[in-house]
Amino acid sequence: MTTQPFIEIVYLIASALFILSLKWMSSPGTARRGVWAGEIGMVLAIGGTLLHRGIIDYKWIAIALVIGTIIGIPLGMVKMTAVPQRTALSHAFGAFCVTLVGTAEFYLRSPNVPHFMMAVLCCEVILGSLTFTGSLMAAGKLQEVLPQRPITYRGQNIVNLGLLAIAVAIGVYLILHPGSKQLFPAMVGIPLVFGVFMVIPIGGADMPTVISLLNSYAGLSAAAMGFVLDSRLLIIAGALDGSSGFILSVIMSKAMNRSFTNVLFGAFGQVQVAARGKEESKPVKSVSAEDAASILMSVNKVVIVPGYGMAVAQAQHKVRELYDSLTRRGVDVRFAIHPVAGRMPGHMNVLLAEADIPYDHLADMEDINGDFPQTDVALVIGANDVTNPAARTDPSSPIYGMPILDVDKAHIVMVIKRGMSPGFAGIDNPLYYMSKTLMLFGDAKTFVGEIVRELGGVQAEMAGAAK
Amino acid sequence: MTSTLINSLFIFMLAGFIGFEVIRRISPLLHTPLMSLTNALDAIAVVGAIILVGEHKTNFSALLGTLAVIAAMSNVVGGFLITDRMLRMFKSSHPAKKP
Repeated sequence: MTTQPFIEIVYLIASALFILSLKWMSSPGTARRGVWAGEIGMVLAIGGTLLHRGIIDYKWIAIALVIGTIIGIPLGMVKMTAVPQRTALSHAFGAFCVTLVGTAEFYLRSPNVPHFMMAVLCCEVILGSLTFTGSLMAAGKLQEVLPQRPITYRGQNIVNLGLLAIAVAIGVYLILHPGSKQLFPAMVGIPLVFGVFMVIPIGGADMPTVISLLNSYAGLSAAAMGFVLDSRLLIIAGALDGSSGFILSVIMSKAMNRSFTNVLFGAFGQVQVAARGKEESKPVKSVSAEDAASILMSVNKVVIVPGYGMAVAQAQHKVRELYDSLTRRGVDVRFAIHPVAGRMPGHMNVLLAEADIPYDHLADMEDINGDFPQTDVALVIGANDVTNPAARTDPSSPIYGMPILDVDKAHIVMVIKRGMSPGFAGIDNPLYYMSKTLMLFGDAKTFVGEIVRELGGVQAEMAGAAK
Repeated sequence: MTSTLINSLFIFMLAGFIGFEVIRRISPLLHTPLMSLTNALDAIAVVGAIILVGEHKTNFSALLGTLAVIAAMSNVVGGFLITDRMLRMFKSSHPAKKP
């Protein structure tokens, strides 16, 4: 009897700690404190819950907590390149939990569920189950166990929206007749199918938006669960997660120059076929690692533009050596990071931070775009569409209007690329044919390694000459 | 019954605004750790699942609850762990700042 207000106070403190946790995430200096605040809040909340007087059975709680911890540790130790699929998987787990609790609550309470409560419960279960399978699909695509290219067919949107409409209709029926237990499995099952169909037509390059959107759904479903259980703590945590996912999805879709609906229903892949038609050979200037190194050592300001291709080639540590080598020579080196450079929001920053590149040398698109006209060399590694000037100049281009890094304004542009094949979206990049562009053909890791060796060789010669 | 739901709606709205204002200020530099952190915080759903298991009203609800606790707890542990691992990698080029 007396423990209940105490538990509520504990939840209140936990809620405050969660908000502080996110507040401290705002800068790298305080971010780790944010993690501590979150952890303390979580421990308090779980500890407080265990005092709940309705609890009669601790055995299964303990077993489940231990199993969850055992599964959680390897999920926390994955490689940094695998963080996007790990994140998608954890959205799936979160949604799975919410769906299970919603289902259990329905069968415990039916038929005595007030209309409003049933409406929230429907939201919880529909959002939860579509996020569950949608996130599993996204994780599968990111892990490349499923094909990454978009899979589309005629009438896809009608089928998908039809499925969702049926699920919502069943939900409405259940709100009016909360005793119809036999319909409940359909309300869980149909969104499960919808989740799969929703992610099938979405390609690898759109993953940052999809992951953010699923993050938002996972948060909202947890908030709905908070309504059902009358848990303020859960509502707050769910609302924070929901708004975080929402903000990130908006940032990501802006960076791709697309609307939410366009990402979900657009199927970018169709553009590919149209754009591939006009393949003509235009002259490009290609230089060796030696030439590239001699240019790089004679300039003052270099901006490196990493793309996902750099991460695929595992070149980030070689790039760090290049950064070290140039910095030692007094060259100002910075990194220009496009919001969709990785496979999830901010992914490229993590990959570069892992390679020990100081975070104050990582610049956002908005901060660095004004600096390109004063940049001696822009070195593009494994990035393509985000550097395509056609997005600014050619209204007929499929990516027209997309915010890009203005590398074409630098004095010299160097592009490390395997060959002349078009990028993910299959769009030709006029940047490569500009007179100031030097193409460095080869594998990113090997090529950067060669440049570093050349730079080192010259350094050794200079040291020898000085003696 | 209705008044608690209205209360809940108020809390949801206020928390949504706080989340929006706080998260808008977070630099794109930290968006990946932000997502894994909110994921871990979101796994607070574990408290609902714990009560479901502990109350053991039916075997069915206890079973679903147990699975739910496992799923949420793995997010709690995995989410905080990877967020901390990522944040440890972010270093400034001014070593004086380092503790």
